[in-house]
Amino acid sequence: MTGALLKIEGLTKAYPGVVANDGVGFEVAPGEVHALLGENGAGKSTLVKMIYGLVKPDAGAMTFEGAPYAPAEPRAARAAGVAMVFQHFSLFEALTVAENVALGMENPPPMRALAARIREISNAYGLPLDPARIVGDLSAGERQRVEIIRCLLQDPKLLIMDEPTSVLTPQEVEILFRTLRKLAAEGTAILYISHKLEEIRSLCDGATILRGGKVVGSCLPREKSARELAEMMVGGEFAATTRAQRKHGATILEVANLSLAPMSQFGPALKAVTFSLSAGEVLGIGGVAGNGQEELLATLSGERPSGIGTVSLHGQDISDLGPNDRRRLGLLAAPEERLGHAAVPNLSLTENAILTGTVRRPLTRNGFLNIGAAKRFAEEIILGFDVRTPGPQVAARALSGGNLQKFVIGREVLQAPEVLVVNQPTWGVDAAAAAAIRQSLLDLAAKGAAVIVISQDLDELMEISDRFCALNEGRLSAPRRTEGLSMEEIGLMLGGAHGMQEVAAR
Amino acid sequence: MITLVKRPTPSRGWAFATPVLAVIATMIAGGALFAALGKDPIAAIKVIFWDPLLGPNAAYFRGQLLVKAGPLILIASGLAVGFRAGIWNIGAEGQYIMGALAGASVALAAYPAESHLLFPAMVIAGALGGWLWGMIPAVLKVFFGTSEILVSLMLVYVAQNFLAYAAFGPLKNPEGFGFPGSRNLQQYASAHNPELIAGTGMHWGVVAAFLAVIAIYVLMQRHILGFRIRVAGEAPRAARFAGVLPARLVMFCLGLSGALAGLAGLFEVAGPNGQITDSFNAGYGFTAIIVAFLGRLNALGILLAGLLMALTYIGGDMAQLMLGLPTAAIQVFQGMLLFFLLGFDLLTHYRFRLGRARA
Ligand SMILES: Nc1ncnc2c1ncn2[C@@H]1O[C@H](COP(=O)(O)OP(=O)(O)OP(=O)(O)O)[C@@H](O)[C@H]1O
Ligand SMILES: [Mg+2]
Repeated sequence: MTGALLKIEGLTKAYPGVVANDGVGFEVAPGEVHALLGENGAGKSTLVKMIYGLVKPDAGAMTFEGAPYAPAEPRAARAAGVAMVFQHFSLFEALTVAENVALGMENPPPMRALAARIREISNAYGLPLDPARIVGDLSAGERQRVEIIRCLLQDPKLLIMDEPTSVLTPQEVEILFRTLRKLAAEGTAILYISHKLEEIRSLCDGATILRGGKVVGSCLPREKSARELAEMMVGGEFAATTRAQRKHGATILEVANLSLAPMSQFGPALKAVTFSLSAGEVLGIGGVAGNGQEELLATLSGERPSGIGTVSLHGQDISDLGPNDRRRLGLLAAPEERLGHAAVPNLSLTENAILTGTVRRPLTRNGFLNIGAAKRFAEEIILGFDVRTPGPQVAARALSGGNLQKFVIGREVLQAPEVLVVNQPTWGVDAAAAAAIRQSLLDLAAKGAAVIVISQDLDELMEISDRFCALNEGRLSAPRRTEGLSMEEIGLMLGGAHGMQEVAAR
Repeated sequence: MITLVKRPTPSRGWAFATPVLAVIATMIAGGALFAALGKDPIAAIKVIFWDPLLGPNAAYFRGQLLVKAGPLILIASGLAVGFRAGIWNIGAEGQYIMGALAGASVALAAYPAESHLLFPAMVIAGALGGWLWGMIPAVLKVFFGTSEILVSLMLVYVAQNFLAYAAFGPLKNPEGFGFPGSRNLQQYASAHNPELIAGTGMHWGVVAAFLAVIAIYVLMQRHILGFRIRVAGEAPRAARFAGVLPARLVMFCLGLSGALAGLAGLFEVAGPNGQITDSFNAGYGFTAIIVAFLGRLNALGILLAGLLMALTYIGGDMAQLMLGLPTAAIQVFQGMLLFFLLGFDLLTHYRFRLGRARA
C-alpha cells in the first residue's frame, strides 16, 4: 500500500451557531478500515457528507487518488468511486430487491442481467440475498445488504458507512464484518462510523478521533481498550452506571392478552402479549427490531387503541385512552424513530418540548401556549441531558442524531412519569451519553417509577433491567429475572433470531 | 445544462421573495399575452395595477377593493388552516353558495318583519350552511376514506344546482315580474349588510375578514390547537403521538373553512350583491385558494394577498371595459399568478446549478 487513497486537509463547515468541522485533516490508505470516532455532535456525519458531496465545505481541500477532489453532488462522488451506506435506509418497501437497486443506478441494465449481477455479488461477499424478494419482507440486516450491494455494484474504491450496526443483531454484525474485511483485503478503503467501541477494536486498522469538530487524535484501535477510546473521545473520564438498591412496590401496569393486527402490510401482529410491571422495576424487552417492538410501544403510548381490558394502569382499564389521557395518568413513552415520530424535524426544540409536554407541565393556559414556559422546559432538558446545541430555538432536524435522542429521552424523563416506555433509548448515542441515559432510567426507577426498555442491545438490557423477556414475531416470552440468566437461556428466549445463525455458519 | 439541487434547509429569504417575484413575472407574461391580443401591454398593466389605486377614478375603485378583498380573505384564512394540516378543501365555492342560500332563506322567510335579531340570525344561518356543506366531505372522509379533494369539489356543482333551483323556485321574488332571482336584500332594512363608512366599501363581511385574520393568527401561532394542526401537516406520526385524532382534525378543518366560506357568502348576498340569482357566485371560493397560497398560508400574508387579488379583479374589470380585453384573458392572467408562485416556490427548496456535474 503506497500513498493515501483519500487525503483531507483543513476541511471546515460551519452551521449557524456551531462549527461542525473545524480544519479537519486525515488520510485513508487503500484497503484500510478507518474509524471515525467522536461524541454525539462531534461532526462525524457532517464530515462524511462532505466527502460524499451532500454538504459543501466552507474551506479545505480533498485529494482522491492523488487528484483534487471536490464533489458537487453525490453523483460526482459515486462517479469518482465513493459509495455510502446511510444509517437510515432509503428503500421502497413495496418493490423487489432488484427494482430497488435499479432505482439507484444511473443506467440500470435489463432486470434479468441485474438480478444475476446481484446474485453473483451477494454470494461473492457472503451476503445472501434473493433479488426477487419484496423489500418489505426483509429484516433490517437484509435491507442493509440491499444498500451495501447497491454500493458494491459500483465497484467503489472508498465505502463510507455511518453507524451501520445500530439496527443489526450480533449475528448480522458478524456477517457484515466478514464482508467488510473481504472488501478491505481486495483493496477497498472503508470509512466506518460507530459508537460501538468493541466493534471498532475488532474491525478497524486506524482511527481518527473528533471532538467539537476538531481532530483531537488518532490511534490504532486494537492497542486501546474501549474505555481508553471513550475517554479520548470525551477528553476525560466518565462514570459507569450505578444501580441503587431498589425496592419493588405494588403492580402498576398490567398487560393481558394483548393482540393486535399488523399496522402495515409488512408489519408483524402482536400475539397475546401478557406481562405486569411493579413500581421501581425495569423490564427489559429484547429481540430484533421489526418483531412487534414498534407496535408494542404504539399500543402502550395510546397511539393505537387495543381491545377492552388489555392494558390497565393502577388497576384502571386504559385500553381505550389516547396518548394525552395516558400521560395525565403518568404513562409516558419515547418512540424509536426520532425524526417524524418522537420529534418534528422542522419545529424548534421549544416546540418539540410542547409536543408531549403540555399535559404534565404547565406549558399552556386555557389552551394558549405559554412560549416562555415551553422555552424554559426545553432549556431544562438541554441542560439536564447535556444536549449539544446552540439553544432551544434550533430546529430538531439540525441536531446530530445522538443529541436529538438525548433530548427526546430527557423530555419524557423530566416529566416525572410513573411508567415510562422507551424503544432503543441509546440508539446512535455515544458511550458516555448512553451511560448517562441509562443512569437516568435507573434513577427514575429508584424514585419508584416502572420502566420498560425495548432494545436490541443485550448488554444494555443486562446492565439495567431487573427482569428480561424477548419479543419475537409478535410474541412476548415470559419475563425472567435478569440476575443469573445465562447467555444460552437468553439465546433460547430470543428464539433463534431470524434464522441468522445458519447463514453465519456457512 | 442546468441542474436542480435540493437545499438542505428551505431558504427563508426566498420564501418572502417568491410572492414578489411571482407578481413581477405575472406582469411580464401577462403583458406579453395582452400584446399578443393586440393591446398595449404597458397600458393594460397600468389599468390593472395602477388605475384602481391612484388613477383618475380611484376614489370609487378604492371602495371596491375592500368589497372584493373581504370575502377572499375570509375564505382564504379558513382554507389556510386546513392546508397547513394537509387537508385540502377545494370546494369553498360550494360552501360559499350554501352559506348565502341559508342566510338569505332566513331573511326571506322573515320578510317583511323588521327586527334587530334578524341579521344575527342570518349570520348564524350562513355559517351553519357553509359548515354543513364542509362537513359532508369531512364525514365521508372519516367514515369511508373518500378524498376530501374530490368530494368537496364535486359538491360545488351540486351547490350550483341548488342555487339555480332556489333562484328560479322557492326563493324567487313573487313581485319580480317573473324574472329569476330573489328579493333584493338591500331594500330590506333588517336584513341588509350596509356599507358601514360611506365610500370605503367596509361592510360587516370586511370586519369579519379582519377578525378572522387576527383569530387565525392567534390560533396558529399561540394556541395548542393550531400547534397540533401544524404538527399534523409536518409529521402525521408525531401528531398521533402528541394525541391528535386525525378524524377530529379533518372535521375541525373542513368545518371551520366551510363556516368561514358560508359567512362570506352570507355577507355578500346581504350586502354588495343583494340578491340570490343563478349566477350569484363569482368564483371567490376558487380564487381564495390562490390567495391562501399567495399569502404563504399565513394569516398576515393572506391579508396582503387578498388585497392584491382584489386589485387584479377590479383592474381586470376595468381592462375589459376600457381596453376591450376578453374575460378569459383576465382569468388567464390571474391563473398565471398562482402558476408563477408555485413555480418560483421551487427556489425556496431547490437551487439551480449551471453546468454538468463533474465526474
Ligand atoms: N443541517 C444542519 N443545520 C445546523 N446544524 C447542523 C446541521 N447538521 C449538523 N449540525 C450540527 O453540526 C454538529 C455536528 O453534527 P453531526 O451530525 O456531524 O454529528 P455526529 O458526529 O454525526 O453526531 P452523532 O453521533 O450524534 O450522529 C452538531 O452540533 C449539529 O447540531
Ligand atoms: Mg451522525
